[in-house]
Amino acid sequence: MSGYLTGVLVTLSFNIIAAYAVYLPIAAGQLNLGIAGFMAIGAYAAAFLTNEMSWPIWAAVLVSAGLAGSVGLMIGLPVLRTHGIYLAMATFALGQVISAVFLNLEVVGGAAGYPVAAYAPPNIVFAAAAGVVGFMLLLSTTRFALYLTAVKSDPTVADLLGVSVRGIQAAAFTLGAMVAGFGGALYAHHYSFIEAQHFNVMLSVFPVLYVLFGGTQTVLGPLVGALFFTLAPEWLRASAEWRYALFALFIILFMAARPQGLVTMSLFRLFGRRKPQVTT
Amino acid sequence: MVSQQIVNGLMLGSIYMLVAVAFTLAIGVLNFLNFSIPGLFMVGGMAAYGGVKLGLHWSLAFAGALALAALISLAVERLAYRPMQGGDPEAPLVSSLGFLVLLENLMLIRYGSDQQAFPPLLADMNLRIGDLVIGMAQLASLALSIALVVWLSWFLSATNSGRRIRTVAESGETAVLLGVNMSSLAPRLFVGSAMLAATAGILFAVNYQQVSPFMGEGVGFKGVAAMIVGGMGSIWGAVLGGLLIGMIEVLSISVIGANVVNITVYGLLLLILILRPQGLIGRPPSREKL
Repeated sequence: MSGYLTGVLVTLSFNIIAAYAVYLPIAAGQLNLGIAGFMAIGAYAAAFLTNEMSWPIWAAVLVSAGLAGSVGLMIGLPVLRTHGIYLAMATFALGQVISAVFLNLEVVGGAAGYPVAAYAPPNIVFAAAAGVVGFMLLLSTTRFALYLTAVKSDPTVADLLGVSVRGIQAAAFTLGAMVAGFGGALYAHHYSFIEAQHFNVMLSVFPVLYVLFGGTQTVLGPLVGALFFTLAPEWLRASAEWRYALFALFIILFMAARPQGLVTMSLFRLFGRRKPQVTT
Repeated sequence: MVSQQIVNGLMLGSIYMLVAVAFTLAIGVLNFLNFSIPGLFMVGGMAAYGGVKLGLHWSLAFAGALALAALISLAVERLAYRPMQGGDPEAPLVSSLGFLVLLENLMLIRYGSDQQAFPPLLADMNLRIGDLVIGMAQLASLALSIALVVWLSWFLSATNSGRRIRTVAESGETAVLLGVNMSSLAPRLFVGSAMLAATAGILFAVNYQQVSPFMGEGVGFKGVAAMIVGGMGSIWGAVLGGLLIGMIEVLSISVIGANVVNITVYGLLLLILILRPQGLIGRPPSREKL
């Protein structure tokens, strides 16, 4: 594999992981605009564990993902008291605060950034992204996925039917934070250097775009969205300076034509198995 | 110099205030978190810069910048707001962010990514009260922002159009049943909020004498914070929030350091959202279930 192709595929893998971190809360009707904060927690915690405690990478990555998840749970419980746009803004503020805290944390380099000694080769990154996709596909076949859809579609009815709305929302938020922390931890070990400025608003917002562009109705939407957002700018590379402008224009026109995203349930019905016709 | 910092904070706050009011018009009335507003703020500053650079008189350059922002905002209404009605509430976010990326990159192609120096309009006229230094441009901007907000508040409470807007804010469906023509009201609101954002951009350019294609991001997001801290959908809430955020930003830079700005500003936002989601002077949300 050429260096360029590997580079693109690594970026793609990180984008896929980030997209699923955003997809989980969105599937329960919560917009998380602070995913970068949880990535930062994962990245810094894992880097600290391998650098200062000489943990093996795999253990550091898993523990940091868990740590990001538990921070998500702790902060998520009060934050989830808010709904809709308030929740989106609360997560947005949360992401900003978390990365600003790391910017001021001298123990991990502060504003100068933090080099990471241990290295995770591309194959590990690919495997991790595949693992996240597999986990999500698996999750989509469980009752949990049904609960998510119920809570998103109509929280009141879901509540009446005995689904713990707060519990499901907190679970989706926590799982999303865990996936984000997992991605961040790998990111630190693949690129060998992290700085707080990397975990900014745009890093939080772009995965949301992947998910909404791909479509939130199915588990494949985020995958398709991340694929498109990573590969399309590469194809447009020929028209160097215009590529992001063209790309943005395309997104605007596309969303105007298809607000529900690329991959939807009706698309599956169109191309999927047809139910056998009942004839008499 | 605490009093000097307070003056600077008020100045920055008055810019956040205009951006916050622009956001509040879009979200309080149309329930649309319009992320193209930071882009329109930037267009205000950059287009004014472009006009002045072409040799236009500053008044023409400013008028041109405002008109351009208004036109772009009409396109946002057409392509990002209107097709999304009845869909996922998050979907317009994508296309309005698309506009932000598009505008930033168009300006990048035209003027490059560096910060450009905006020529000073009022030749260094400073008011000195004791040790306090107040730029005339600062004073004029502050007065203009406050006048705009007072006018807007009067407009919303006393005119027919204002009543229509408040009806839509209360309940879109009821407003349509009562005969409010949404397809003509929505574009006007978009133009209004674009004008406010672009005015803030021009004031920013005049006061800080620098523009860049990415000047909208930081200010725009602080404007959102200001809107929520004050109370979403409330004009005076946006004023209070804007001034408060501006003040906190300036004071925390001078007292602690530039790296803690995001902690204090967004920490306050987070705290407000958890303790008092309706904002300092907003009404509690009545529409939301659960």
